[in-house]
Amino acid sequence: MTRRARLWLFAPAVAGFGALLVWAVAGLPDFGSTEHRYGYLINHVALPERHMTNAVTALVFDYRGFDTLGEEFILFAAVTGIVLLLRQHERERGRGQSDSTHSDVIRVLGILAVGVGVLIGLWLVAFGFVTPGGGFQGGVAVASGVVLVYLAADYRAWSRVGRLGVLEPLEGIGAGGYVVLGLAALVSGAAFLTNMLGPGVAGTVWSGGSAALVNWFAALEVAAANLLLFREFLEEYIVPLHGRGS
Amino acid sequence: MSVLPYVVAVWVCVIGLIGIVTSRNFIHLAICLTLTQSSTYVLLLAVGYVHGGGPPIFKGVKLGTTAVDPVLQSLALTDIVVSVTVLALILALALDVQKQAGTDDPDEVHELSG
Repeated sequence: MTRRARLWLFAPAVAGFGALLVWAVAGLPDFGSTEHRYGYLINHVALPERHMTNAVTALVFDYRGFDTLGEEFILFAAVTGIVLLLRQHERERGRGQSDSTHSDVIRVLGILAVGVGVLIGLWLVAFGFVTPGGGFQGGVAVASGVVLVYLAADYRAWSRVGRLGVLEPLEGIGAGGYVVLGLAALVSGAAFLTNMLGPGVAGTVWSGGSAALVNWFAALEVAAANLLLFREFLEEYIVPLHGRGS
Repeated sequence: MSVLPYVVAVWVCVIGLIGIVTSRNFIHLAICLTLTQSSTYVLLLAVGYVHGGGPPIFKGVKLGTTAVDPVLQSLALTDIVVSVTVLALILALALDVQKQAGTDDPDEVHELSG
């Protein structure tokens, strides 16, 4: 099909689709007028029932933990796909060239930023059931912190941190641990991913019961997956560059 | 104007679709696809908003205080993280096509060999 014909076909289709969507959303309750029942319920029971003050994280890792397991495996599958796609390219191994940062200011501030980034990430994970945060956001923050090693230092420093021998097992443990916790609940006679170990003390890092462990495994999975992603793309980009002797 | 936020979501979705169809570059195409996906976040969060509602976090706030819907927030939250990975997968595919077909224009790739 030519480009022109495709656009002629697409124009009425997208106009119709847009009109249908507008018609559909026009029938929704007025913006901000309704407290939907499920959300209202969670907002009122998450604290008394599970001692979690953050209703969003309570949903992600407890009430809808099974749904999040699915999301996690989309993440896992996507990263596996990326690794498979990118690693089939032949990579020239070139070492010895230097792409290190020459500015002392960037080095010092960069290394500080690594610490701060990782710390903020861990804090987001640890207090996920208390204040805004959780495994997903915290995992991304930890990964961003670690990636700064490359910005602040050089490829060689990064390749010592982002080793495959470390990242791949960590990602596996993150994804697998989530399932194991779900199965552990099954073995104990409850439903898959039932929150065990008691609700803990509300408003502290000791709240959340076994969902807190689920939270940590998810954080591990998200952080390792993102670092693996960064590693694969960087290898794709920087290793041939090194090989050419830049 | 009470449906305006929903219409914004529709707008973002449609703009993304137009971008996908008219795209002349795989990276541009991937970003447009992500834009369409992001329209669902606008819709979800708009549906979950409650007038006068605070965040659904009850640390230092009395239980029972009006808060926005946490369900839709949790749906958007996990998907934002996952969508970035999926975008990366699409970009890896684009990189692969570029290496095999020597072009990054979807119109010039007629047949893909394995």
